[in-house]
Amino acid sequence: MTSQDGPVGRRGFLQGAAATAAAMAAEAQVAHTQAPHDHDHDHQAVPSDLNLRVKALESLLVEKGLVDRAALDAVVDTYETKIGPRNGARVVARAWVDPAYRKRLLTDASAAIAELGYVGGQGEDMVVLENGPKVHNFVVCTLCSCYPWPILGLPPVWYKSAPYRSRAVIDPRGVLREFGVELGDDVEVRVWDSTAEVRYLVLPERPAGSESMTEDQLAALVTRDSMVGVGKVSVAGGPS
Amino acid sequence: MNGVHDMGGMHGLGPIHHEKNEPVFHEPWEARVYAITRVLRAGGGRQNLDNSRHLIELLPPAEYLRMSYYERWLARLLNQIVANGVITRAELESGHPAPGSPKATPAVTAAMVPAMVTRRNSARRDAAVSPRFKVGQRVRARNINPAGHTRLPRYARGKHGVVSRDHGVFLFPDTNAEFLGEKPQHVYSVRFTARELWGEHASARDFIHLDMWDDYLERA
Repeated sequence: MTSQDGPVGRRGFLQGAAATAAAMAAEAQVAHTQAPHDHDHDHQAVPSDLNLRVKALESLLVEKGLVDRAALDAVVDTYETKIGPRNGARVVARAWVDPAYRKRLLTDASAAIAELGYVGGQGEDMVVLENGPKVHNFVVCTLCSCYPWPILGLPPVWYKSAPYRSRAVIDPRGVLREFGVELGDDVEVRVWDSTAEVRYLVLPERPAGSESMTEDQLAALVTRDSMVGVGKVSVAGGPS
Repeated sequence: MNGVHDMGGMHGLGPIHHEKNEPVFHEPWEARVYAITRVLRAGGGRQNLDNSRHLIELLPPAEYLRMSYYERWLARLLNQIVANGVITRAELESGHPAPGSPKATPAVTAAMVPAMVTRRNSARRDAAVSPRFKVGQRVRARNINPAGHTRLPRYARGKHGVVSRDHGVFLFPDTNAEFLGEKPQHVYSVRFTARELWGEHASARDFIHLDMWDDYLERA
């Protein structure tokens, strides 16, 4: 029907996807109503080519008039090039050079972050946690993958992974050590499990040796991991 | 629900893989699934964020653990568009619109994307609801085991903590996820010692803070 289908056409790919969806919907229903779930049937195999399947899904949605391809391109471009951890780095650098801004950030983070123009979904209600020599904060979402999109962008795979989500709350110092953060016994560790709609940003410690740096230079030092709290900022640009 | 998504404190799920210079999306399909979900969500209909989270929790547990994050999003998307009647199963199977089916107009155009991504959609509610607890007060997380959606993790149930902040009034996910109303109430940051949650071998200098709705708490 349309030339972009290519020689194979989209039929075969979507059949698999539909079967997967149907099987999942049915199983979800079963799981919801009668646990435990009996595994006396075959599960759908892993889709062999998700790129082709999702292309076929997108073509169907476009033909139905439900999505606009250019809008999808714009969403992807936004999160690949515009909304990411550089936004958060600007917030941190401003807080390091401007004590009044730092104070506003710690008392009303949503408003202080909005001053720099960073607003939107998953960042409406922000709280900033300040790391220092005696207190180290870091953030997890054990139940899903809540993350402050407008200032850090979309979360990395490790943040969304079962190992991080399961261990951050029961073995916080071990997790931090794996990220290269060694803390003395005198340092208090605070883990923030994002169970509600409040989103957390860690304000890392300003590194020694950065005293003469400009705000732009400071922003370039700030890593995504340091703003989740699983990294520290260093002038040499150590492990992210 | 007591599902595998509630994984705080579980053992044996493997090492943390930290990828250097990780791309935002690893494959084109991940980007497209994310974008399709965002624009369809912006189009409204019978859906909300809590219900969307619950649909992920309802994936069969073995599938949930096997799937990558965006595979879960794809599974939810397919389930959602079929369940909401946006696409029929026959259309998914044929890959083409049903003959004679009406053609919609996309809710989001490229020009609308900047406004869509910066739009605030806060769960905060301007409702005159009194807090049941005060900052500094010792509280206990209730031992409840709802079969539906909840944001009270198993590892905190029945445990004692101290209210450290009052975040204000927010809609309640347990009812909102089932389209049973917003039930606005206070949300607090509650501070638990690691020893209260995990026992005497935990560090006395470790603390876990969870955000908890009024309905999750009782007087200690």
